[in-house]
Amino acid sequence: MPDDPDVPGLRAVVAEDQALLRVGLTRILEAGDITVIEAVDDAPSLDRALARPDVDVAIVDVRMPPTHTTEGLRSAVAARAARPGLPVLVLSQYVEPLYARDLLAGGTGAVGYLLKDRVADVDVFLAAVRQVAAGGTVLDPEVVAGLVSGSGRHRPLQRLTPREREVLELMAQGRSNAAIAERLVVTEKAVGKHIGNILTKLDLPPAGDDNRRVLAVLAWLDGEG
Amino acid sequence: MTDWAPMPSLLAPITTVHPAPVDQVALVERLRLTLVSAGQFLLFVPALVLFVLTVVAVPTGPAGVGFVLAAGVVPATALLASWHRRLAGGLLGEPVPAGYADTAGRGLLGRPLVWLRDGNRWRDVGFLAYSTTGGAILSALPPLLLLTPVVHLAGLLIDPGRVWALTFGLSLVCPLVWWLVTPPLVRARTLADRAILGHSLVAQLERRVAQVAATRTEALDANAAEVRRIERDLHDGAQARIAAVGMNVGLAEKLIASDPAAAAELLREARETTVSALEDLRSVVRGIHPPVLADRGLPGAVEALALSIPLPVTLALDVPESLPAPVESAAYFAVAECLANTVKHAAASRAWVSGAHQDERLRLVVGDDGVGGADPAGSGLAGVARRLAAFDGSMTVSSPAGGPTVVTLEVPCPTTPTSPGSAPS
Repeated sequence: MPDDPDVPGLRAVVAEDQALLRVGLTRILEAGDITVIEAVDDAPSLDRALARPDVDVAIVDVRMPPTHTTEGLRSAVAARAARPGLPVLVLSQYVEPLYARDLLAGGTGAVGYLLKDRVADVDVFLAAVRQVAAGGTVLDPEVVAGLVSGSGRHRPLQRLTPREREVLELMAQGRSNAAIAERLVVTEKAVGKHIGNILTKLDLPPAGDDNRRVLAVLAWLDGEG
Repeated sequence: MTDWAPMPSLLAPITTVHPAPVDQVALVERLRLTLVSAGQFLLFVPALVLFVLTVVAVPTGPAGVGFVLAAGVVPATALLASWHRRLAGGLLGEPVPAGYADTAGRGLLGRPLVWLRDGNRWRDVGFLAYSTTGGAILSALPPLLLLTPVVHLAGLLIDPGRVWALTFGLSLVCPLVWWLVTPPLVRARTLADRAILGHSLVAQLERRVAQVAATRTEALDANAAEVRRIERDLHDGAQARIAAVGMNVGLAEKLIASDPAAAAELLREARETTVSALEDLRSVVRGIHPPVLADRGLPGAVEALALSIPLPVTLALDVPESLPAPVESAAYFAVAECLANTVKHAAASRAWVSGAHQDERLRLVVGDDGVGGADPAGSGLAGVARRLAAFDGSMTVSSPAGGPTVVTLEVPCPTTPTSPGSAPS
C-alpha cells in the first residue's frame, strides 16, 4: 500500500518502555513518513508528550513504568479526556477487551488497540496509524473476536449467521465495505446486504459512515457486556 | 537426656499407696520412693538459682542484660524441667509431654521474643517457684521422716542423756508415719509436677495449626509473587524480543526492494534478537525448574551452580540424587540465593557448600569468607526462609560484620522420594 498522500507529515508520539521495541516502532513509522516527534519510556513523560499541541497521533504501550500495569492506557484515556478526539493507538502484548471498552468509552473515535504482533505487518500497521489519525477506529481482530464471541449474554448475536458474524468482526476492525468484500471474496453489494441484516438483527439504525457504524456496533457490544 | 537415669528401676511407676502389705517388696518400694523424693527435693537448689535469675532477667530484658541472661537461663530451666518431667513420667508410668513454641530459625535476638510469648515457658517459671516452696516441702518429708530417728539415735550415742533418749523415743513414730505417707506424698508431688509441666496436646496442636496456617499463607504469597515474576520476565524478555524481531523483519520486507542493504542489516539484527530471545526463555525456564536439577538431582545442580559463579566453591555434598521434588527444588533455590548473595555482597574469595541427609532431614550449609553482615530479613534471604518454612524447614544466618557468613538450611525430608521430576526434552 503506498503512503496516503491525503495525510502528509503526520507527527507521532511513541511511548514504549522496551528500548528494542521503541527503536523498531520509530524506524517503522519513519519508514512510513510519519515523523516521531517524541519517543518516551514512562508514564510521566508520556503525559507531558501528549499535552503537546502538535501531536497528530500517539502510539502507546499499555504497560509502562513506574508500576508496569496499565499506565499507558490510563495516560491515553486521560489525554483524550483533556483533548477529545486525540488520536491514540494503543499497543500491547496482550489484548484485553476490558481495556478496549475504556478506550472506546468516549465514543469520539480516533482510537486503535492492537497487539504488538500486528506491527510486523508494516503496511497494515502504518495504514492503521493513519486511519486512527484520521479519526477512525481500529481494533485488533482478537479484541473484536473477544467482544463478539465473548459470552452467551449477547443473545442477539446468536441470531447472526456465521458469515454475518465474520462481517461484524471485520466491521469492528474498522474495515470499509470494499475491504470486507475483498477479504471475504464477495461483492461489495453482498457485504452491504450482510451489514443491513446485522444492523436489523441488532436493532441498530442503518448508518452509512464506516466509523459511526463501528462505533454503533461497539457501543452496543459495550452496553451488553 | 535419655541417658540421665542411672538406674532405670528407680523410675518405675509407683506400685501402690496402700499401707499393707508390710513386706520386703513394699519396704524396697518405699526406700526407692524416698530416694527419688530426695532427688526431687535437692533439685530445689538449681530451681532457686534459676528463679532468682529469671526474676532479674525479665525487668532487665529491654536493657540487654536480660537478653543475655535469658539465653542461658531459659534453656537451663527447660533442662531442669525436663529432668522433673522424666521423674514424674517414670513414677506415673506415662510420659509427661513437653511442647514449647518453636524457635527454629530464630536468631539469638528472636528467640527471647518467642519465649516471652510462650505460655509454657512461663509455666516453667511457675514450676521453679513451686519447686523451691511447696514442692520442696512435699519431697523433703519422706527422707526427713526416715532420717529423724537416725539423727536422734546418733545424738543419743554421742551424748547419752534423757533428752536425747526422749526425743529418740518420740521419733520412733516417724518411720511409721513414713511408711504410711511416703507413697501418697511422692504421688502428690509427681501429679503436681505433671499438672504444671505437662503441656497440653490440644495446645500443641493449636500452635502447630497456627504455624501451618501462617507458613501456608507465606508459601502461597511466595508462589503468587513467583508467578508474577515469571510473567514479567516473559513480558519484558522473550515476548518483547520476538515482537521486535517481527518489526525488524516486517520493515526489512518493506525495504528489501528499495534499500537491500538496510533490509539485510535489519534481518541481521532480527537474527541476533532471536538468539537473545532464546536466552531469555532459557533463563526463565532455569528460574522455574532448572533442567540440570531434573537431570542430575540436587548434588549435580549445586555442582552446576558452583561452576557458574565467579568464585571457587568447595563442595561436600552427601545427598541422595533423588529427593522429593518440591524439597529438592526449594533447597536448590535456597543455595542459589545464598551463592548469589555471596557473589553480590560478600566480596568473598571463596565459598563452600556442604550438605548431608540424615535422620530424615536435609541439612545444607553455605558459607563464604567474605565481609559478613548478611541480613536475614533482606528480601532474598527472607524469601528463602519463607520457602523453607513451607516444608517446616528453617534457615539460620550467622554473618557477623567482618565475616565469615554461614547460612544453614534445614528441611525435613523423607527418604522415600515422591514422584520424580518429569524427563526433560
